[in-house]
Amino acid sequence: MPDPIVSVRNVSRRYPGGVTAVDNVSVDIMPNEFFALLGPSGCGKTTLLRMISGLDAPSEGHIYIGGEDMALTPPNKRPTNMVFQSYAVFPHMTVSENVAYGLKVTGVPADETKRRVAEALEQVKLTHLADRKPDQMSGGQRQRVALARALVKRPKVLLLDEPLSALDAKLRDDMRLELTRLQQEVGITFIIVTHDQDEALSMATRIAVMEKGSIRQLATPEELYEHPTSRFVADFIGKVNLFDADVVSQKGKAVICNAKGLGKMNLTTDRTCGKQVTIAVRPEKLKLSKTAPKAEGLIKAEAKVRDVAYYGDWSEVVVELANGQMVSVNVQNDKRDGSILGINRGEKTFVSWNPADSLVLTE
Amino acid sequence: MEDWKSNSRAFWTLATPATLWLLAFFLIPLAYLLALSFSSKALVNGEVSINDYDYFTGVANYIRAINPDIISIFLRTLWWSALATLACLLIGYPIAFSICFMPERWRPLALLLIVLPFWINLLIRTYALKTVMGARGVVNSALGLVGIGPVEMIGTTGAVIFGLVYVFLPFMILPLYSTIERLDKSYLEASLDLGASQFQTFWKVTLPLTMPGIITGVILVFIPCLGMFLISDELGGTTSWMIGNVIQAQFGASNDWPFGSALSFALMLLTIIVLVMQWYYQNRSKGAH
Repeated sequence: MPDPIVSVRNVSRRYPGGVTAVDNVSVDIMPNEFFALLGPSGCGKTTLLRMISGLDAPSEGHIYIGGEDMALTPPNKRPTNMVFQSYAVFPHMTVSENVAYGLKVTGVPADETKRRVAEALEQVKLTHLADRKPDQMSGGQRQRVALARALVKRPKVLLLDEPLSALDAKLRDDMRLELTRLQQEVGITFIIVTHDQDEALSMATRIAVMEKGSIRQLATPEELYEHPTSRFVADFIGKVNLFDADVVSQKGKAVICNAKGLGKMNLTTDRTCGKQVTIAVRPEKLKLSKTAPKAEGLIKAEAKVRDVAYYGDWSEVVVELANGQMVSVNVQNDKRDGSILGINRGEKTFVSWNPADSLVLTE
Repeated sequence: MEDWKSNSRAFWTLATPATLWLLAFFLIPLAYLLALSFSSKALVNGEVSINDYDYFTGVANYIRAINPDIISIFLRTLWWSALATLACLLIGYPIAFSICFMPERWRPLALLLIVLPFWINLLIRTYALKTVMGARGVVNSALGLVGIGPVEMIGTTGAVIFGLVYVFLPFMILPLYSTIERLDKSYLEASLDLGASQFQTFWKVTLPLTMPGIITGVILVFIPCLGMFLISDELGGTTSWMIGNVIQAQFGASNDWPFGSALSFALMLLTIIVLVMQWYYQNRSKGAH
């Protein structure tokens, strides 16, 4: 395994007044990774990014970039560059002056600067706007300037703070593909901060989910979605149905639970369960049927259809269990007759799923 | 809603008081002064009258103004005003900058301290300054304790420039503060992040982006400096007259209103030239790309 390009060791950031933005975080980021810091606002993800860039300093702990301790290295001497959430494209310079700025101030020769600026503008497809001023450009174009300005420095690590949040939906999809393409093209480690799970899932190779200054889970997108280790992560990433359950008995990996509204069920887990667990199951893993499913070993319950939201290729059906708990079920609309198994609001239905698709969460 | 400008009654109701005010108290007196500047004192029974004039007798007053004494006072006024403005900028910029980077709850207090001198009449403040800087003033007494001095301050060029800076510094700090305060700090962070030193960041990012505040501050200090007479009168000596003192003397001791008017208009012309130059420069730098 190669050495990590960024290594964060027991880093905390406390602000005067007792607020702890980042609380004892350790994480290794590998070369050429597309790494995402994901979490709700105020979870400390931006503070962590700013500490890597040097614009903020840890109260405790160390940050290593390329194996070197960055404690005494100011931001202008670090091999990192940042794309700011507001882009921070200098308004008094043209596009090419903006891109050339970082090379000029560090004394790169003029002819080399010219060549590299042209190259960077090419990369972000802005060559035709080189002489424009930022106030004559759209948000998406300004963001490309910010990207080119950072990439032209050939940093070891590119830091992106909520890069897509200020763009409209269509542009955001384009930019998402663009960023992944760029990352593969330039072969630089990208660290992106985002609160948008779709953004993180679709772009990142690994994601650190943060909550209240700590990393709750660090895994690949698939792992996070299918095997969240906590209720928080399961709930934050995608949609999930959560059931409170009492543990009846556990023998090794086999656990018998009594879930409210569902009854007893046999599940498997790698964890040692306490008295209480949460059972999580994703909406697309559930099935609806008019009559009770015959198959053995399924978890099933009678329910009433409360709401159907139609999204074209799929629909979200919300059903209510006998004890009043609402459960979301995703149904593929693969028939053209317009009906979803003849399910209508208020009707009785059966919801069922394979026990192997449920997760037992202990925290 | 209909455009208020197209409703002539609403427009005139709003615009009339201000128009009348300007007309009565600014434009008419100004026109009278302009007329006076082309006039001369009347001769009554072979003697020069105190307050009668022969109107529109020619440009003699302006020709009188073109003499080495007056021109050297004009030049000295320009030079001192420029020095005082530069000093205000050099002192005011760091002050405005540090107020902007103070914790937010301290900023109103700091701004209050900046404008606090306005609560006391300028004349009284100037007298106070004179006492502080006098031969037996606070400064010289303190210096005396350590065996220095007394240093003669009143009557020197330095005292006049110091007085000008003292009076006009708030007019520099306030526009600078409002520009720096609105400056998005991520520009400065971006500059550092791109490898620029603090010094480079200041010259290449902070200074250009706060230029509007600098220009406003310079105008607000430089132009009133040109017309100032109180400071040079009280803190300066007989050799440190500024053009304001000459003009004041014409309307006072010398009782030569026509010449005073001509000098006033010459000063106004100078001011307008400065403003036009500034406007021209600003437009050119804006249109450079």
